[in-house]
Amino acid sequence: MHIPDGFLDAKVWTTLGVVSGLTLVLAVKKTSNRAHTEGGSGEKQIPMMGIVSAFVFAAQMLNFPVAGGTSGHFMGGVLVAILLGPFSGLLVMSSVLIVQCLVFQDGGLTALGANIFNMGIIGAILGYYIYLVILKAIKRMSISSFIASWLSIVLASSACAVELAISGTVPLKVAFPAMAGVHSLIGIGEGIITALVLGFILQTREDLLQIEKV
Amino acid sequence: MKKGIFFGLLIAIALAVFLSPYASKSLDGLERVAEDKSFLHKGEGRNIIASPIPDYTIPKVKNEKLSTSLAGLVGVIITFSFVYLIGHLTRRKRKL
Repeated sequence: MHIPDGFLDAKVWTTLGVVSGLTLVLAVKKTSNRAHTEGGSGEKQIPMMGIVSAFVFAAQMLNFPVAGGTSGHFMGGVLVAILLGPFSGLLVMSSVLIVQCLVFQDGGLTALGANIFNMGIIGAILGYYIYLVILKAIKRMSISSFIASWLSIVLASSACAVELAISGTVPLKVAFPAMAGVHSLIGIGEGIITALVLGFILQTREDLLQIEKV
Repeated sequence: MKKGIFFGLLIAIALAVFLSPYASKSLDGLERVAEDKSFLHKGEGRNIIASPIPDYTIPKVKNEKLSTSLAGLVGVIITFSFVYLIGHLTRRKRKL
């Protein structure tokens, strides 16, 4: 879902650049406030964020085939938000996107704001709050995380379709079903991986889930 | 704590180094849509900055699998270091 330079027009990528930039500033404020109280669990935050980011980067390299000569990969927004909190999750996703853009040319530089918006703000923050709502209703972490992460992929890709349409790159009635369609499939992979990883952590290192989330 | 970080990083590196060469090379969701709906070309050749490891391939390394593995190794290390650095740079110092 990494948008390259050239797909979006200036009004779209500058707007999203501003929105993402401001949200990142907010996220840094919120996380730096809490992460360093009294040593405690705050000190674990930074290494945890580092490791989680490293895993997300690695996982995003592991494309799996979905229907008809297409591939998808794990995104990780909801998973990282559940582990670290929504704002830390945004920082993790954004960091991965920045490295991918600058070092590997995966995602355009002008499109960085849009990619952070889709995969960080929608993918992690919105996905996280969707998770909480579902969790409250059905009380099971595995199913809740599956649904929320599936939804995060479908919503993020739909946002991407809207952005492409507003940019005049492709009409919405063409982009939306195409993007939502293939990402509904990719989202199944996201859901399965999210639920499995969460389940694994719950079984083996439940203490990791107790770390203060911002 | 340090041991945990070390092993966590090792696992991430193992994933990137040993599994990435076998990842699917098919177009991803957005690329597939872009190709099918004829706008993929709009995203080509528009590189504003020259990236050292474009498309996860190390330029000088001929063997494709090795190139991908190395890209994975480098990427995991850079990502971890970047987050670690930013995390510490944005620390709010405790007031005495």
